[in-house]
Amino acid sequence: MARELLKGNEAIAEAAIRAGLQAYFGYPITPQTELLEWMSKRMPELGRAFVQAESELAAINMVYGAACTGARVMTSSSSPGISLMMEGISYIIGTEVPAVLVDVMRGGPGLGNIAPAQSDYNQIVHGGGHGDYHLIVLAPASVQEAVDLTVLAFDLAEKYRTVAVVLLDGSLGQMMEPAELPPMRPVKTVYPEWAATGMMGKREKNILTSIYLNPPDEEQTNLRLLRRWQEVEANEIRFKEYFMDDARYVVVGFGSAGRVALSAVRAARAEGIPVGLLRPITLSPFPYAHIRKLAERVEGFLVVEMNAGQMLEDVRLAVSGQKPVEFYGRLGGVMPFPDEILAEIQRIASGGLTLEGHPRERWLQRMNGKN
Amino acid sequence: MVMEQILPEEIVYQRPEALADVNTHYCPGCTHGVAHRLIAEVIDEMGIRDRMVGVASVGCSVFAYNYFDFDWVQAPHGRAPAMATGIKRVLPDRFVVTYQGDGDMASIGMAEVVHAAARGENITVFFINNANYGMTGGQMAPTTLPGQRTTSSPSGRDVETAGYPIRAAELLATLEGASYVVRRSLHDPKNIRLAKKAIRTALEVQAQGLGFSMVEFLSTCPTNWGMTPVDALHWLEEHMIEYYPLGDFKVAPTVAQIRI
Ligand SMILES: Cc1ncc(C[n+]2csc(CCOP(=O)(O)OP(=O)(O)O)c2C)c(N)n1
Ligand code: SF4
Repeated sequence: MARELLKGNEAIAEAAIRAGLQAYFGYPITPQTELLEWMSKRMPELGRAFVQAESELAAINMVYGAACTGARVMTSSSSPGISLMMEGISYIIGTEVPAVLVDVMRGGPGLGNIAPAQSDYNQIVHGGGHGDYHLIVLAPASVQEAVDLTVLAFDLAEKYRTVAVVLLDGSLGQMMEPAELPPMRPVKTVYPEWAATGMMGKREKNILTSIYLNPPDEEQTNLRLLRRWQEVEANEIRFKEYFMDDARYVVVGFGSAGRVALSAVRAARAEGIPVGLLRPITLSPFPYAHIRKLAERVEGFLVVEMNAGQMLEDVRLAVSGQKPVEFYGRLGGVMPFPDEILAEIQRIASGGLTLEGHPRERWLQRMNGKN
Repeated sequence: MVMEQILPEEIVYQRPEALADVNTHYCPGCTHGVAHRLIAEVIDEMGIRDRMVGVASVGCSVFAYNYFDFDWVQAPHGRAPAMATGIKRVLPDRFVVTYQGDGDMASIGMAEVVHAAARGENITVFFINNANYGMTGGQMAPTTLPGQRTTSSPSGRDVETAGYPIRAAELLATLEGASYVVRRSLHDPKNIRLAKKAIRTALEVQAQGLGFSMVEFLSTCPTNWGMTPVDALHWLEEHMIEYYPLGDFKVAPTVAQIRI
């Protein structure tokens, strides 16, 4: 298969199409608009459905409708647009139909800016919509990984009849890198038994709904979703490790922050500092158990994010106070540089670790000199 | 006791196949039930039950999917036209209909229905206008008449502060993508017959791929209006039709040729 030089957004769009995407519904927002534009050309060309919706609310509900037919469907947006989609996401989860969502994050809150950030971690990983639910969240750190995880997102969404999210920041969406694209899969012609496609002379009627007025029924539904989530946790946790064999310190970062941190870890290694990198690929389910194990043998952690420490809380939960956790974040669309992270690693390696206080407070104090 | 046997050829009136054999939760005398029956009869007559996908909305008709005997999905409040768009785009040869109240369609879901109509989405919207929010206990809707008392306009809708009621059919009829937009009433047999004919035309529009169709039904809510079912029918006739005139607001030339 040919390697192609594509922007992250375009590569994700093409990967989804090749994964058998039957319908795309979206609304323009920087920095993900190339994804919608790519779909507007390619989908009609292939005789598949494309609608530029009037809003993110409409887009996600078009996805919801199409998902009820069992077809492969997706939408994409960026932070403020994702906030609007939360209603539909909660309904899709509640109805147990599969869909894929791409969130190319920018700086916030509010209108914020269009620069790369990881500000939606909490909204996506810990659920922004109403109700008790989990999303499958995949975080690529390169265009190739974005392609591979997009294809995986469809498979996981279908396997667990849920929403799978590809979560990346604006820099990955805009970045051009060579990537190998998957082979073209045709769209489905046979729809699942549970779908609302019209009975077509084959079966009794199907009702797809998320309303259970009787509290014990709603409880059962919630329990069913939770049990399925346990399966996801047992089978689908993914992460990448670098220089971990003899590491005494661990940097934890996802997506672009993880990628920048890898350069810092390499530089630290060149100085003889025994540091490794853990890059979670699935932010949800989160590799809690793995981090807990690591905590038994390393001296401390440094969490690096392009936000104010959202994944930090999950790492702290995993570490459970066994070892010190430090934090370094840049916000509002500012990308961290490798040498900033290297300086943090050096500080930690020269005895800067403590179990006292909250890592975010200590970081805020250290940030006082900056900017 | 001698039981009289009814021969099949003697049956002149029975439950349409498209209507499930279950009791509904609608209040006695509520015309939601009339609208259901008419839609089901037309689906039977057209023989399209197997190809139907309904989109239920939020409101008293939230359980419409239990009462019709074909595939249904349940939309978030107001978003039914967007869900219907998603379904229709994936399955263009199915009949996709939404069934929405006035709070659902003309308030929270106004954008979704306007844009589905503007796109000429080949779906049919059944719009039940009962001048209030039924399910949540009779609050003011965008369709509540000036001066009409509701639980959230206790001294009557004051247009100075609450604005004017929205005439959805007239509004949607201005859109190029809308092919068939009419208003009918469910208050007496003659109007019920006309309503049924409009349902038929709307579904024919969809069958022929002619674009967006919408039938608005003036409907009663005896419970929240605080009236007997009969008084409610009279109130509809006397007050609602004045503000919401019955008629055809958009019949595209392609639609005018449909003969049923
Ligand atoms: C997002 C959201 N907001 C509010 C509600 C509460 N709600 C349920 S039904 C309803 C009004 C429905 O009225 P209408 O569409 O006129 O239908 P009717 O009950 O009169 O048939 C409202 C406001 C909801 N379910 N979801
Ligand atoms: S509350 Fe009103 S609209 Fe709802 S079922 Fe009762 S009468 Fe009908």
